[in-house]
Amino acid sequence: MTDHINSRNFSRRTALALPALGFSALSLPGHARAQGDGPPRRGGTLTYAVAAEPPTYDLHATSTFAVMHRVAPHYSTLLRYEAHNYPNVVGDVAESWTAADDRLSYTFKLHSNIRFHDGTPLTSEDVKASYDRLRAPPEGVVSNRLPSFQQIAAIETPDPLTVVFRMKAVDASIMDTFSSPWNSIFSAARLRADPNFPARNVMGSGPFRFVEHVAGSHWAGERFDGYFRDGHPYLDGFRAITMSPSAMVNALSGRQIMAEFRGFTPNERDRIVRALGEDSLVQESSWMLHMILTFNTKQKPFDDARVRRALSLAIDRWGGSQNLSRISQLGQVGGLVRPGSSWSATPEEMQKWPGYGRDMVANRAEAKRLLREAGHENLTFTLLDRNHQPYVTAGIFLIDQWRQIGVRVEHQQAELSAWYAAQGSGNFSALVDSFTQFSDDPTNVLVKYISSDRAEINVSGSTDRELDRLFDQQASTVDPVARKALVRQFETRLFDESYAVPILWWQRIVVMNRRVRGWTMAPTHMIYQDLGDVWLSA
Amino acid sequence: MLAYAARRIALMIPTLLGVALITFFMLRVVPGDIVEVKMRSDGGYVTQELLASERARLGLDRPLVTQFGDWMQGLVTLDLGTSMWTGRPVAEEIGVRIGLTVQVALMAAVIAVLIAVPLGTISALFRDTWIDYVARIFTIAGLAVPSFWLGMLIILGLLTVFHWSPPVTYTPFFESPLKNISQLIWPALAVGYRYAAVVARMVRSSIIEVMKEDYIRTARAKGVFERMVVARHAMRNALLPAITVIGLEFAFLIGGLVVTEQVFNLNGIGRLFVEAVSRSDFILVQALVMLLAVVFVSMNLIVDMLYGVLDPRVRHG
Repeated sequence: MTDHINSRNFSRRTALALPALGFSALSLPGHARAQGDGPPRRGGTLTYAVAAEPPTYDLHATSTFAVMHRVAPHYSTLLRYEAHNYPNVVGDVAESWTAADDRLSYTFKLHSNIRFHDGTPLTSEDVKASYDRLRAPPEGVVSNRLPSFQQIAAIETPDPLTVVFRMKAVDASIMDTFSSPWNSIFSAARLRADPNFPARNVMGSGPFRFVEHVAGSHWAGERFDGYFRDGHPYLDGFRAITMSPSAMVNALSGRQIMAEFRGFTPNERDRIVRALGEDSLVQESSWMLHMILTFNTKQKPFDDARVRRALSLAIDRWGGSQNLSRISQLGQVGGLVRPGSSWSATPEEMQKWPGYGRDMVANRAEAKRLLREAGHENLTFTLLDRNHQPYVTAGIFLIDQWRQIGVRVEHQQAELSAWYAAQGSGNFSALVDSFTQFSDDPTNVLVKYISSDRAEINVSGSTDRELDRLFDQQASTVDPVARKALVRQFETRLFDESYAVPILWWQRIVVMNRRVRGWTMAPTHMIYQDLGDVWLSA
Repeated sequence: MLAYAARRIALMIPTLLGVALITFFMLRVVPGDIVEVKMRSDGGYVTQELLASERARLGLDRPLVTQFGDWMQGLVTLDLGTSMWTGRPVAEEIGVRIGLTVQVALMAAVIAVLIAVPLGTISALFRDTWIDYVARIFTIAGLAVPSFWLGMLIILGLLTVFHWSPPVTYTPFFESPLKNISQLIWPALAVGYRYAAVVARMVRSSIIEVMKEDYIRTARAKGVFERMVVARHAMRNALLPAITVIGLEFAFLIGGLVVTEQVFNLNGIGRLFVEAVSRSDFILVQALVMLLAVVFVSMNLIVDMLYGVLDPRVRHG
C-alpha cells in the first residue's frame, strides 16, 4: 500500500509555490521508492533529530517515538513490514511461517544465523521469553500493549529454530502483532537474570550495536558486523540527536543533521527546502494519527447524545482540511481508520455521518435544532487542550466552528502532565485528544472507542455494549470484506452517539537531506526505523 | 572577614530549608502525574492497576511527610535521588549539563563585562553628548531585545549568509576548543548582549553619581590627572553596585537560559528544568530548584565578600 505517499524534489520556486498548491496536490498518489536509486554505498554516520528524551529503553514498556527512533536499530522482531511495500508483511527473525487452517496456531521457522550483540545465538527460547514478557509481564515489568496478546494461549518451542503460537480464539490482527516494531526480541538469558534488563540496557540482534546515550544530548549506535542479513547495514553508525522542533529546522537547514523522521509542518518544510534547495528531499504521506474531540459523557450536558452530535455536526471538516493543511500538520478528513487505507470509508460513505456532510448551512441548522431540543441553545463550556501544536490550531478551529452555532467556548491550554491529570480525574468537559498506532488494523485503532470499562484509553467515560460487540466481532472476522462492513457499522454507531469523534487526520511531512537513501516513508512514524536499509550517498 | 563569611554561610541554611519546604509542597499541589505522561504518551495502553503499581514503585503513594523526610535525608547526604522520567541519578542528569550551562554563563559574563564597563564609563564621562546617546541606544536596545529572539536572528543570519548553523551537540572545550567555541559563542553573544546592557546602565549611573562626590572634587583639586581620578577613585566605588548586578545576572543565567537553550539546542540546565516541569518529574524539579537556590545564595555571598574586598567600610563595619 503506497497510496498517499509522495516523494519529490523541491526546487526553490516549487517550495515558494507550495502553500498555493494546497493539500489536494500534496496527496496525489506517488511512488514511495523514489529515493532508493542506485546501488547502496557502505559507510558514513547518519545524524538525525529526535524531539524528546526516552523515558525508558524498553520497547515493550512504552509507546513513544522518542524510544522507537533511538532503540529500533538495535533490535529485531519476529516479522516486519516490507520496506517500500506497507502493509505487506515479511519475516525478520522468522525465515518462514505457516498458519493453521483454523487460524488457531502459527508456526515460525527462525533464521539459523542470528546472533545477539553479545555473540550468543538467537533461538526460539528468546522469542518465547520476549512474547511471554509481553503477554504476562513479571512483577515490576511494564507491558504497554497487553490487549494485543489476549488471544495467545501458549507459546511452544519444539526446537531451537521453531516457535509455535497457540491461540485461544481467532485474532484477525495477529499478523500485525507479530510485525509490531514494539515487540522486539530480547535475550532470554538476560531476562532470566533481570526481567527489567531492557529498561536500562540495550542488547539486541538488530543491525546496530548500542554505543552510548548522553542524556539530553544524543544516542549513538555502530554497525553490528554480526548482523544476520548479508551486507546490511550499510551505515557505519548513527547518531540520534535530542532537539526541539525549532532547532531541528535550523539544524537540517544548516546541514548539522540529515533527517528527522517524525514530521514537519508545511511552513517548516518550506523553510528547510528554501535553505537546502536541490539537497532537500521531501516525502509526504497521510498519517495514522488523528485529532479527536472527546466529550466527558459523565458530565452534563455531554451525557446527552443530541448535544454531542450537534457539536460534531457544527464542524466543517472538509473546509478545515483544506485550510488547516496549509498551516499545520492537520490534513485529511477521515473516520476512525486512516483515510486511504484499505479499511477506510469512501468520501461518499463519510458524508452520511453527522458532521461529515458538505452542506454546512444544513449541518449548522440541524446542530442548532438539536441543541434547542436538548435545552442548551446558549451552551458555554471549556475545551481542554494541550499547549502544543497542532493541538492549539485544532482547538481554535473548533471554537470558531461552534461560535457559528451560538456556542461559546473557553480555550484552556494545559501542559502535558496537567492535560493527562484532567483526563485521569475526569475533570474536563470536552478535550482535544489524539491517537496513533503503528498499523491500520481496525482492532488496533477501534480500541480507542470501545467502552471505557474495557479500554481505559477511552477517556470519554462512555459505555456502549453495541460498540463492544461490533469490536469483538470484527476482531475475530478474517474475511476482509465482512470485517470492513463491521468497521463501517462501528463507525456509524459511534458517529450517532459521538462520545468522541475524529476532527482531522494528520499529514506526515518528512524532510531530509538528499544524501539519505534507502529509508522507507510510511503512514506511521513507528515503523521502518531500524535503519538497516539506509545508506548515505557520496 | 572569616567570621563574617561564617555568619553568612550559617544564614544560608534556613534560607535553603525554606526553599526546600515551599518547593516540595507547591509541586504536590500543581496538577500533573509523571506516570500518566510516561505511560500514556503516543497512545500507550495502560490500566489503572499498572499506573498504580508504577506510582507505588516511584514512591508517590506514600504520605507526603514521609516523602519530604526522605528527600531531606537525601539532601543532607548529598543524594539528590533518581529522576522519575529517566531512572538515572539526578546528580548524573545535572552533571551532564552543568558544564555547558556554566561555560555559557561565564562566556556571557566575560562578554558583558568587556562591553559594559568601558561602555558605561564612556557613556557617563561623555554624558549628554552624541557618544552617550549612541551608547544609551545600544544599551536600551539590549534591554528591549529578548535574548532568544537575538539568538534566532543570529542563527538565521548564519544560515542566510554562510549556509551554516552552529553544531548541535556539545563538545567539551578541552576535547576540541574550536568545536566548543563555534557552538557556544553564539548563545553567549545573544545572552551577553542583554547582560552587557544591564551592567552598562548600572556602571553609567554609578559613575555619574560617584563623579559628583566630594572625594572626586578633592582629587581633582589636588591636581590628579583626570584619567587617574576616573580609574582609581571613581571606578572603584562605582563598580560596587555593578558587581551586584553582574553576580545576580550570572546566577540567573544558570537556570534562566530556557528559551535560548531551545533555540541553540543546548543541553543545559534551563532546558532540563522545563522538561522536568512539563513531565512533573518532581524529584528532578526539586533538585534543580535547590541547585539554583544554592547558586543564588552563593553568588550573593561572593558578591558580599567582594564588597568587603573593594570597600573597607563593609569589611570593618
